[in-house]
Amino acid sequence: MKTIVRGPRGKEVVIGDGLPTVLLGERINPFGKGPVKEAMTTGNMEPIRAEAARQVEAGADVLLVSVSAFGIDEVRVLPLVMEAVMDVVDVPLCIESRNPEALDAALRLGCGKPIVSSVTGEGPVLAALLPLVKEHGTALVALASDASGIPKDPAGRVEVIRRILEQTDATGIPREEILVDCVAEASAVNDKAAGVTLDTMERVRAEWGLNLVLGASNVSFGLPDRMTVNAAFLALAIKAGLTAAIVNPTTMLPYAMAADLLVGRDPRSRRFTTYHRKRKAKEREQTGQP
Amino acid sequence: MNDKLINLMADLQEEETMKMVEELIASGTDPVTILDDARRAMEVVGKRFEQCEYFIPDLMMAGEILQGITKMVKPRIKQAQGAGKKGRVLVGTVAGDIHDIGKDIVTFMLDVSGYEVLDIGIDVPVETFVEKTREFKPQVLALSGFLTLAFDSMKKTIEALVAANLRDGLKIMIGGGQMDDEVRKYVRADAYGKDAVAAVNLCREWIGG
Repeated sequence: MKTIVRGPRGKEVVIGDGLPTVLLGERINPFGKGPVKEAMTTGNMEPIRAEAARQVEAGADVLLVSVSAFGIDEVRVLPLVMEAVMDVVDVPLCIESRNPEALDAALRLGCGKPIVSSVTGEGPVLAALLPLVKEHGTALVALASDASGIPKDPAGRVEVIRRILEQTDATGIPREEILVDCVAEASAVNDKAAGVTLDTMERVRAEWGLNLVLGASNVSFGLPDRMTVNAAFLALAIKAGLTAAIVNPTTMLPYAMAADLLVGRDPRSRRFTTYHRKRKAKEREQTGQP
Repeated sequence: MNDKLINLMADLQEEETMKMVEELIASGTDPVTILDDARRAMEVVGKRFEQCEYFIPDLMMAGEILQGITKMVKPRIKQAQGAGKKGRVLVGTVAGDIHDIGKDIVTFMLDVSGYEVLDIGIDVPVETFVEKTREFKPQVLALSGFLTLAFDSMKKTIEALVAANLRDGLKIMIGGGQMDDEVRKYVRADAYGKDAVAAVNLCREWIGG
């Protein structure tokens, strides 16, 4: 199954089996403190532009945009942030919001073909978001969670996805537009958490062959040396069928590429070796050595 | 005060800690002093957690050790000696929000720290919070939430408690993903706690223990 998304000026990204894992840069969000969050409250979009350019330079194929936080008016700020991102880069966007009014305003900007993230199995969420996704012809993240929470076992999560698919089918949203998020949770709290996520992914892939996406940084919450944990998990998830990962590209790109190579998604290792040569050339340039 | 026991437990040496507790009980040590030492060890663990030397799995591990000690020691303590619970805490994730991981850790840490905790789950309607506050009579109410929509649910929950004349004398703390002191002001809670250790410290401050 192939999901094709596009940037505002036509840049196409294909998510699919056997292809390199698509990286969704996670950094434009209002969590924590820093210039990005500040930009969302002050309206000075310069830090957003800088972060967008930095992530794409670091290897992000798609950029996630999320402004949903206390004190931020999503309907007003989401389009502003998206415009700032589109000023500097032509990559598809992954718009993270469940506010239909904000999403509608965002989708009317004309940002190519984005991904809307995300619907759960909750009736009101599906009713609010699916018509927008259909109308604007976007891709969509389906999250394995419903009104009673995130099911603890793979079978429960698969059932939630099944119910979401019934609704997307009924709305006329093609299956190839769906990216399933099987939910990565903190392993610090429950040491079976990653196993449940990976099992669910394998089942979803076996049953429907859908594309799979994950917020891969959640697994390391509450642990030291998070990057190491994230990298190990990313490799396992790619083996379990992950085709798109929400990550910090600056740290995760080499690991994603290495995992792709190991599972046969990088024929003759062209991508990995090219990346290595480019990096070396850059280092030589910086140090002035031949 | 038994420094060796405190250090063993604070270093999360589960087997050695339990063995030592068994020996102390066998040699006739007052069970109340064992519990006091375990509590001191938890304070050390909490400090190490705050200093990023310990992490969530360490915290949970310490909680499990404390639980084990309590189980061994409790039957040997008479109520009069202060084995009763230190105070009542009502915990729940507010309406519209289904996140439970942080809440579950808070419930666990408060429970092992000696508080009587009633956890009423996730997506708890405003009316249920009011009803349970009336029945359970907690000294502390802990509202959990991760989503931005939790802010308004928290605000409504606290307003409903005011309307029901249950707010006076009740301390309310909030916590979860995107909470901070700004949200605390907005929802009119008494405190924001950034993690389970903060929740235990707030309860200590408010109701002792």
